[in-house]
Amino acid sequence: MNTVLSLAGVVIKELYRRKDFYVLFVLTALITLLLGSVNLFNDPKIVRYLKDVCLLLVWISSLVIAIGTAARQIPAELESRTIFPLLAKPVTRGQLIAGKFLGCWLACGIALVIFYLFFAVISGVRETRWPVFNYAQALWLHWVMLGIVIAGVLLGSVVFSAPSANATICFVMVAGILLLGGHLNSVAVRQPEPIRTITYLVYFLIPHLEWFDLRDLVIYDQDLVAWWALGLATLYAMSYVGVLVVGGWLVFCRKTLTT
Amino acid sequence: MKRTSVHLILVLLAAVCFTLATWIQPVVVTLGRRGQAESVLKVLLGDGRRLFANHFFVQADVSFHSGYYPSIFDRREPPTSSPMTRGHDEHGEDAHEREMAFLGQPRDWIEQFGRYFRVTEHKHLEGGQEREILPWLRLSAELDPQRVETYTVAAYWLRIRLGRIADAEAFLREGLRNNPDSYQILFELGRLYQENRRDTDRARNVWEQALRRWTEQESKKEQPDIHGLEGIAVNLARLEEAQGNLDRAVGLLELGKKASPHPDDLQKQIDELKQKQSTLPR
Repeated sequence: MNTVLSLAGVVIKELYRRKDFYVLFVLTALITLLLGSVNLFNDPKIVRYLKDVCLLLVWISSLVIAIGTAARQIPAELESRTIFPLLAKPVTRGQLIAGKFLGCWLACGIALVIFYLFFAVISGVRETRWPVFNYAQALWLHWVMLGIVIAGVLLGSVVFSAPSANATICFVMVAGILLLGGHLNSVAVRQPEPIRTITYLVYFLIPHLEWFDLRDLVIYDQDLVAWWALGLATLYAMSYVGVLVVGGWLVFCRKTLTT
Repeated sequence: MKRTSVHLILVLLAAVCFTLATWIQPVVVTLGRRGQAESVLKVLLGDGRRLFANHFFVQADVSFHSGYYPSIFDRREPPTSSPMTRGHDEHGEDAHEREMAFLGQPRDWIEQFGRYFRVTEHKHLEGGQEREILPWLRLSAELDPQRVETYTVAAYWLRIRLGRIADAEAFLREGLRNNPDSYQILFELGRLYQENRRDTDRARNVWEQALRRWTEQESKKEQPDIHGLEGIAVNLARLEEAQGNLDRAVGLLELGKKASPHPDDLQKQIDELKQKQSTLPR
C-alpha cells in the first residue's frame, strides 16, 4: 500500500508542477469573472447563467486535466525509460497501475475542490445563499465520475500506442456518453434488428456518466439527491473503476516493455 | 558590460512598446467605433453567430423551465410555442402540459435510476425568478439582432413580470433600431406606452405605424401573420374607443374580426359600439 501511495504522491506532485491546472483554473476564473461583471438589465441578482457557464467550464477543465494527466502517465515512463528502475524496485505492475490511478484520481480531486470552492464563492456572493450539501454532492459525484474516466484512460494508455490517440479517443467516448448515453434506449427502440440489440447492448455496457452530472440540480436550486441513490451511484462507479483498473493491469502484465 | 547590454535591451524593448502603442492606438479607436455599430460578436463570428442565437433562445426557455426540458430524443412531435414566448394564455396551457409530460414511464432500471440525478418536475419560474432568462435572451439578441422574437419576449417578461418598464422600453428601442420595419416590436412598444406609461398618444402613433408596417409586409403574403394583425387592430380599437373615436374603433374591430379566431366575440363588440354610436347626439 505504501508503494501505491508513494507512486500516487509522485503523480500529485506532477500535477502542481505542470501548468495545465493553473492555466485551466485561471481561464475558468477569468471567463466567469468577466461574465459576472457584465451588466444585464441592471439586475445584479441574475446568477444562474453564471453558475451554468462556470460549472460547464469546471466540467471541461476537469475532463482535460483527468484525461491529460492519466493519458501520459505510463507512456511517459516508457519513453523516458524510468519504468525499468521503477519496476526493479521492486514495484509490481499492479502496484504501478494502482498507484498511477490513485495519484491521478487524488490529483483531480484536489483540483476539483479548488474549482468548486471558486464556484461556491462566486455563486454565494451573487445569490447570498450557500447550499453546501448540494455542492458537496455535485463535487462527490463529479469526482467519482472522473475515477471511471481515469481508469478508462489508463487502460487506453496501455492499449494504444500514442498518448494523443488515447486522449482523443477517450475525449470522444466520454463526450459521447455524457451527451447520448442516457438516450441510447430511446434510439434503440426505433431501430430495426439487429441494430436495436446492438444499441441496447452498448446502452447496458457503457458506464452511465450522465448520472454523475448534477449541474442542472445545482444551477436550478433543486433538492438534494437521495443519499442512498448517491451511495448506489458511487458503488456503480467503483465497480466500473475496478473492472477498468484490473483490465488495465491485465493488459499491462502482457505488455513487453523492451520496445 | 553584459549587465549594461541587458539594460540597453530593456530600454530598447520599452521604446518599441511605446512606439507600437502610439501606432496601434488609432487602430483600436477605429475598432471601438466599429464595435458601436456592430457588436464584437459580429466582428468575431460574422454571420455564423445567428446559428448560436437560436440555441441561446432555447436556453432561455430551458432556464424558464428550471432545467426540465425535453431533448431531441424526448420529443415525439415538433415543439409548439412555450409559455415563455406567449406569456400565460390559458388555452395553450393544456397543450403545453401534454408536451412537457415527455418523461413517461422509465423503460429500464438505468433510466429509472438516472432520474434521481436530473430535474423531473415541470415548473415555471415565478416570483421574480423570471429574470434568470434575461441573460440568454440578451446573448441571443447580441448574436442575432434581427431575431425580433427575442426583443418582444424579453420586453414582455421585463414589463409584465418584473415591472422593469424602463429596461423593457430600452430593449425594445434597441430592437427597433436593429429592425426598423418590425410591426411586432412596434406593437409591443405600443402596449408598453398604453398599459404602463398611460401615454395614449404615443401608443396610438406606434400602433398606427405597426399597422402600416403589417400591411406593407404581410397583406400580400399567402399566409399572413393574422395573429399579429388581430393584436394590433383590437388594441388600437380599444384605445380609439376610450378616446371616443367610435367610427375608427368600429373600423379597426372589423379589421381585427377578419384575423380573429373568435370573430363572433368581436362582432358582439362591434354591435355594442354601433349601438353606442347611435345613441350619441350628432
